[in-house]
This record gives sequence, C-alpha cells and structure tokens, in this order.
Amino acid sequence: MAITKKDVEHVAVLARLALSEQEIKLYTEQMANILSYVEKLRALDTRVVESTAYTTSTNTVFRKDEMKPSLPQEGILSNAPEKAKGCFKVPRIIE
Amino acid sequence: MELYNLTIHELHERLKKKELSSLELTDAFLKRINAVEGKIKAYITITKEDAVKQAKEADKRIAAGMDVTPLTGVPISVKDIFCTKGILTTCASKILNNFIPPYDAAVIKKLKDAGAVILGKNNMDEFAMGSSTENSAYFTTKNPWDLERVPGGSSGGSAASVAADECAASIGTDTGGSIRQPASCCGIVGLKPTYGRVSRYGMIAFASSLDQAGPLTKDVKDCAIMLNAMAGYDSQDSTSIDAPVPDYTKVLTKDVKGLKIGIPKEYFIKGLDSDVEKAVKQAIEVLKKQGASVVDVSLPHTDYAIAVYYLVATAEASSNLARYDGVKFGYRVKESKNLIDMYCKTRDEGFGPEVKRRIMLGTYSLSAGYYEAYYKKASYVRILIKRDFEEAFKKCDVILTPTSPTPAFKIGEKTSDPLTMYLSDIFTISCNLAGIPGISLPCGFTKNNLPIGLQILGKPLDEETVLKTAYAYEQATEWHKKRAVV
Repeated sequence: MAITKKDVEHVAVLARLALSEQEIKLYTEQMANILSYVEKLRALDTRVVESTAYTTSTNTVFRKDEMKPSLPQEGILSNAPEKAKGCFKVPRIIE
Repeated sequence: MELYNLTIHELHERLKKKELSSLELTDAFLKRINAVEGKIKAYITITKEDAVKQAKEADKRIAAGMDVTPLTGVPISVKDIFCTKGILTTCASKILNNFIPPYDAAVIKKLKDAGAVILGKNNMDEFAMGSSTENSAYFTTKNPWDLERVPGGSSGGSAASVAADECAASIGTDTGGSIRQPASCCGIVGLKPTYGRVSRYGMIAFASSLDQAGPLTKDVKDCAIMLNAMAGYDSQDSTSIDAPVPDYTKVLTKDVKGLKIGIPKEYFIKGLDSDVEKAVKQAIEVLKKQGASVVDVSLPHTDYAIAVYYLVATAEASSNLARYDGVKFGYRVKESKNLIDMYCKTRDEGFGPEVKRRIMLGTYSLSAGYYEAYYKKASYVRILIKRDFEEAFKKCDVILTPTSPTPAFKIGEKTSDPLTMYLSDIFTISCNLAGIPGISLPCGFTKNNLPIGLQILGKPLDEETVLKTAYAYEQATEWHKKRAVV
C-alpha cells in the first residue's frame, strides 16, 4: 500500500490543510517512510483481542441531567477572530 | 546553597516557620529567571504580576495559619498546554498565538487552591508533539547541563526550568514519554500517573486516550507532594478515575524489603548507550542491597509499541486538532475566498510541520479503506501490549528500565528525519499505551556529564509502590543533589 502524491492531496482536503506543492512532496516521502515502518504490525496475529479505545475503562460514564451554569457568553466570545451580535462571524458561505 | 536550589519540602519548612516569606521567595525566583532565562529559554510567558499577587495571598494564609498546604507560597511553573484564566496559552503553536482562556484547567485550579505561586508558562513542542522542544513555534529550550543539547520533550521547558532552578517544580503532560524523557535528559524527577488519575479538563488535547498530566520535580518527595495536590476524580473529565487518593508522601519509607523488581529483557537492546546501560544495572544492584529481589520478565510486544503509538496518537490528534479552524478562537488567516478556504489556509499557516505531518498521518489512517489496516490493527496490538504488562506484573511489583536509550542529543541532530526522532521514545511509549504509571529519576551521569534517567513502571493506580521504590533508590544515592551549573 504505497502512498502516492494523489493520496496525500486527497488527505490534505479531508484534513482541511492548504498544503503547498513542496509540503505535498515532503509529506508523501515522509508518510511513505513512516507507513512502511508500521507495516510490521501486519505480521502479528491479533485475532484473540477485541478493539478498545480506552485502556482503563470501556464503560460509558453517565451523569445526572442537571442545570449548571456554563461559561458566560462574553468569555466564550472573547477570543473570537470576528464576532457580531453575540455570535461567531465567519466568511460568507452562500455566494 | 541559594533559595532557588531548594526543594518544595525544604522551602515549605522555612515558609511555615516564617523564616522566609513567599514574596521574598518569589522575588528570588524571578531574579533567577532574569539571570539565566536568556541562556535556557524555558518560558514562553512569565507572569510576574500574578505571581507577586499570589505570593502576597500565600503570605496572608501562612500568617493566619489557615489552609496552609506543602505548596502554599511555593513558586512553580506550568507547561503552556494548561489553560490559565486570563493568561496567554499558546501550546507553543502559532495557531494559538493570541489565545487567552476564559477558565483554568482543573489541575491549575487545584494548584492555585493549594496556594502555589505560578511564575509562568513553559515552552514545549507544539501541541506536545516532539521529544526536544525543537517543534515549538517560538524557540528551542536549551538543556541546562549542556546548552548545545535539547532538554528533551515535549515538556522540555518545564524540565529545564526545574533543572536550571527557575522554579521549585513544574507540571507537564505525557502522551508517549513527554514528562519522563525530558526529566531524564535534565537530571530531575518526572512522573506520569495512571491514565485517569489526574483530570485532563482544560489541558489542551493531543491524544485523549494517552494524555496524562504529572509533576516534574527536584526529588521524589516533591513529586509525591505535587501528586497529592494534582490527583483525584473530576466530573468534568469522563475518563477520570473515581478512586480515593492516598497521601503519597506516607509511603516514602526507604523500606523495599521483599519488593520484587521485574527486569524486561526487551529494554536492554542494541542501540542502548553503554553509559546508560551501566548506570541502570548499577541502580538495580543498589535496590538489591536494600532488600529488593530481581526477577526476569518479558514484554514481548515492546518492539511494536512505536508503530502502534504513531497510528493511535496521530488518529486521535487529527480529530482533536480539527477544532482549530479560525472560527471560535486562535489565529485566522487575513484573506480568504470563502469559509472552506479560510479553514484550509488558517490551518496551513497556523500549524507547524510536525503537527501537520501528524494530522495528515492520522487522517490517512482513519480514512475509508485504511481504517481497518492501520488504526484498528494498531488498537488490537495495543491490547497485546497492555496484556504483556498484566502478565509481567503477576511476577513483580515494579518494572525497572532505562527511561531513554541515550542521554540528551544535540540540537538539530534529529530534526531531518521524523522517524529517528520518534525512536527516542522507545522505552516510554508502552506505559502510555497500557495506561500504567511511570517515573523517571536520576541514576547517574555519562562520561560527558549528561544526566541518565531510571524508569520505574507500576501497576495501574499503584503510584505508591512506584514512588516508594524511587524514594528508596534516591535516598541511597547522591544523584538528586547534583545541580546543573548555568
């Protein structure tokens, strides 16, 4: 499964990264190296184990559905690159 | 001996007896920072005014004899990955170059409540991705033992600030060795607690199933004092463990009679520096003399740990770092054609090369057609690694290994090849994958006078035995008393 320049370009779109031609070239090379290193996992028989994301607990944690104060709107908006009328403002979506 | 050389417990004695005020002490550390920071570069932000305020508060508490904890009035530093209310928090990234959190991380709140004085925010590898601080978007921190070498990473600024006496102690985070490896490189003590022992709330996420906060200190007793203040259940972190927190200083008795130490043969391999190997083997002898016994154990899947790590951690990172999109906080590119274009350009300009590489790798291994072969396979092998430890701990109480195969490397030595850099984490990564606690403490010096770290790994939630073993070794040796001359 050698990674190609086309694969890297596709992944950059998925990852929302406007990579330069140079970056695409460098990452194609470096990702190919890393991916060939991790190939060693394939040789292992892992049929005896099941997948789990967490190592200490696989239980879903529940809490009571109670009203609690959240951070004030002012604090949440204080870092916004652009804001208007108490909302985050983004560039136009509909042309 | 200067004030800034002292440990937390030594400073606490003086503060408690009112031989010294927190304000005088804070001033001594700020002067020390002023004197050496130009060489070390351990801090991204120094919070002088807040520190002075906190010191005055601490002095009031001590004068009134109210709520005085071992940390009251003690100046510490914190890695710039912890959200600090009203104080710039960059994670050493350009994408957070203007981020002022509206709240404190749970750990920061706990340390403030204990009365600690926060001197500033430490440099690190961007988003904790790296082993040298060379991935910081701002500058590289220098190793106080040799200014041409890295301090380790990613908590390199924290480790260097402790080793250069620019604070009494620090806190960092460890996803694959980011507390223990810099502690080893800088000749100090660093502990990664059990996954879930310390709340991750307000700690900027890299790989959520591996990230854990912990202390970096001048000795083992300080480490126990810091853990006492940091540990405990937090309803704001769903992976936080609801288990009682013992007083970790109570177990520091020097008594290791009957303790069984496991030595894994997979950690004494080709590529291990000969000075490191010698120092670790001598450390085993020291513990044997104190009454501990040694058993051979095997961790057969050790060789797969780095491959598993760089699939699991990057996959989680690609998801965690999706939030940096120029909308709610942080950097936003000035000119863009539309929303998607704004996202893509903001992220390309805001993230550094290593962060982008890991987002790319993680996105790839989670993408359609590759998920089964990479991410899922790695998750299976991760369980095998965890089972290795479960088997090994049936035969022993703790496992002893070197923390890092080599001492601190030269700045620039490993930057060209990411894979070479990744391999410097070979002895620390399995601990995160298994979720168990691990400590690094000084166990000697190389011929070039570079510190060597001894790693002690323990059973889940058994920080007590880890600390007890570390303390017994430390008290039988003199390494922890050596200070870097800056």
